[in-house]
Amino acid sequence: MKLELHKISVRELRFGETTKVAGGVLSINRDELKALLLEDSALSGVEFELAHPGDKTRIMPVKDAIEPRCKLDGPGEVFPGFVGPVETVGEGRTLVLSGLAVLTTGRLVAPQEGIVDMSGPGADYTPFSRTGNLVLVLTPREDVKLHEAERCCRQAGLTAAHYLASRCKTARADTVESYEFPPLREAMGAHPSLPKVGYVYMLQSQGLLHDTWVYGVDAKRILPTLISPTEIMDGAVISGNCVSACDKNNTYVHQNNPVIKALYGRHGKDLNFVGVIITNENVTLADKQRSSSYAIKLLKMLGAEAAVISEEGFGNPDADLVLNCVKAERAGIKTVLVTDEFAGANGASQSLADSCVEGTAVVTGGNANATIILPPMEKVIGDLSQADVIAGGFFGSKRPDGSLEVEIQAILGATNELGFNKLGAYTI
Amino acid sequence: MASIVPISQSVGANRIIPTVAIPHPLGNPALSPGEELEVRRKLVDKALTALQTDVTEQTVF
Amino acid sequence: MAYKVIHYINQFFGGIGGEEMADRRPEVRGGAVGPGLAFNKALGGQAEIAATIICGDNYCVGHQEEVARLITDTVAQYQAEALVAGPAFNAGRYGMACGLAASSAEAAGLPSLTAMYRENPGLEVYKAGAYILPTTDNARGMGQAVPAMAAFLLKLLSGQKPGDAGTEGYFERGVRVNTFYPEVGAERAVTMLLKKIKGQDFKTEYRMPVFDRVTPRPGVRNLAQATIALVTSGGIVPKGNPDHIAASSARNYGAYEIGDLMDLTSDQFQTAHGGYDQTYANQDPDRVLPVDVLRQMEKEGKIGRLYHTYYSTVGNGTAVANARKWGEEIGARLKNEGVEAVILTST
Repeated sequence: MKLELHKISVRELRFGETTKVAGGVLSINRDELKALLLEDSALSGVEFELAHPGDKTRIMPVKDAIEPRCKLDGPGEVFPGFVGPVETVGEGRTLVLSGLAVLTTGRLVAPQEGIVDMSGPGADYTPFSRTGNLVLVLTPREDVKLHEAERCCRQAGLTAAHYLASRCKTARADTVESYEFPPLREAMGAHPSLPKVGYVYMLQSQGLLHDTWVYGVDAKRILPTLISPTEIMDGAVISGNCVSACDKNNTYVHQNNPVIKALYGRHGKDLNFVGVIITNENVTLADKQRSSSYAIKLLKMLGAEAAVISEEGFGNPDADLVLNCVKAERAGIKTVLVTDEFAGANGASQSLADSCVEGTAVVTGGNANATIILPPMEKVIGDLSQADVIAGGFFGSKRPDGSLEVEIQAILGATNELGFNKLGAYTI
Repeated sequence: MASIVPISQSVGANRIIPTVAIPHPLGNPALSPGEELEVRRKLVDKALTALQTDVTEQTVF
Repeated sequence: MAYKVIHYINQFFGGIGGEEMADRRPEVRGGAVGPGLAFNKALGGQAEIAATIICGDNYCVGHQEEVARLITDTVAQYQAEALVAGPAFNAGRYGMACGLAASSAEAAGLPSLTAMYRENPGLEVYKAGAYILPTTDNARGMGQAVPAMAAFLLKLLSGQKPGDAGTEGYFERGVRVNTFYPEVGAERAVTMLLKKIKGQDFKTEYRMPVFDRVTPRPGVRNLAQATIALVTSGGIVPKGNPDHIAASSARNYGAYEIGDLMDLTSDQFQTAHGGYDQTYANQDPDRVLPVDVLRQMEKEGKIGRLYHTYYSTVGNGTAVANARKWGEEIGARLKNEGVEAVILTST
């Protein structure tokens, strides 16, 4: 499978009469987008706000972040099962508006949504202080139940992201990146002197509101399966997650999965990247055992000698991470685990809920319990009172001067377990 | 009483009763109320048995 | 200008006396005393001992809050910028005192450190809260200890973030500190994996944890007479969450009376837990905390009594240190009340 990403760099967003991109500026026709989003009868209102890097702006609570993409050609459309039909994606050409994100916010399904600060100390911790953001402030209809409200907010973000890209199809790309995932027969024979490396990509699937979707299928209902990295780039995996903001994989980080990027970066030089296996993190032990056994079996079928295993979330998913690690290592497959830590505000507690001696190589996204003071901002998009109930904020976390004292787990993407950030931790 | 037995073992629990699922360890919303109560009763029964049993090491009942 | 440092030492190194003076109350003297003279020399004019606190070891161990207060007061009085304690070598109570001094100063935001022998009991107690450098087991090692301590102190004073324990030479505190690495996590992971494949040395960013083990209690002999209590980390609380237990990283737990309640209902109880889908627990809290079934069993005479109060917190990113402390408190309270067994439910 071969996919070209045609990237247009955008550094500024504006509202305008026509949705189009020119000279690094994306103008957005608010009325057209609003009418499109309100076709979903579960939504009663949507407002739009813009936020740029360096603005004295706080956005909260943020549910999801999505990078605007659409297909230029090739089968299907991005976000299959949500925007496109459930046709296989990952081939042809895809347009990417890079440097920007659609953020969904409003009083959604708190408590577990995140904070994005566009400047100040909090900005260092979220990838979305470095993107220009179109913020959708969404209001589901009052009689709409919780799970349906989550669905319509999730859909709105994907629809808007696709809409923006699809209005820019005639613009010229600044860069073109090409990715190829060959048929297994070729992949197996290629680079015989290099180690075959796979990627076990764990998806949060603990239950409604803690969900990930694959081609429109709830990931808790899948068996672990092989997927082309190019399908991931076309939005085959999207987030429906309302779990702690620091280490949920929002749709944007799925689209730009950094493990896939790093493995492609060394492919053919230091290693032979032979495949991505998506697996889930379900709430029963039988599911955890079945999925870990099946995922590692797929690694073995690929002849992988080694694998990166990335986690999503914390607590009981630590058990899935440990099961994957133990089963791979016992099958002779060397592993590196990517996780994050909950070591307490003072950093002195055990960071994971589960453990294994086989886990000798661990990369961490940092201690999510570390606290930070976020100074007041000139503008708040969303609802500041939500800090009291946002995970990582605790009651009384809004201080009299308007600043917030929160754990970094309240910051969107702060301790991302795909290894999206530079943040990590060490032991003193 | 916990759903993810490997975690209970890792953290050092001595008497472990495996339960239904994380969001409803002692229930199952897919069952009728009567059946669900029966599931819960069986699990608590098992817990009482465990409490009365002498163990010398971590034990899953 | 030289940084001002407070030095903490015991009665012996303060020249007051040996064991017979170990109950001596603390005193503060201006300038350096005893080993402080060597420190002044090793600090090479970049920092100097502004005052010395001399305290009997027994007195310090028996009056920890008072000594900690004296330390912060002395720091304020001399406008000191750092504290050094000891070195304590293998003297047990002196090690405890030095650990207390260094950790109280650090808690007050001051660069501080001490040093002692690796088997000194003060090490285990205080290593999480203070930088502790290694020494020999007796005072003959003073000549090596002081320059090492002085060098590390100057590093702390310069505002440099110390590196990991292995590089810097202090006893590992077991404390995780966030840092920004030059590369993103995914690149670090692939680099580490390639080293692991080739059998080269690599350094994990986190060593997997080791958890406590507890000797199991014998079984309950007469359940029909026993009082059983319920404790949960599933976050079941009275509606409205009166103790404001946080959805994640809980900082407290609650004790809730169930009186004569036969059943937990959705109009009176809910979950405060933010780590799982709350729908099912909110519909019927007995799915997490089985009050209904235990009431039936109480009626049937299977158990003596269901204890009138249950304890609850949210186990979601909750620090193990907090969980351990609360477990000890809850256990002690239940034992006092004659509760013989506990059913702990988790989500």
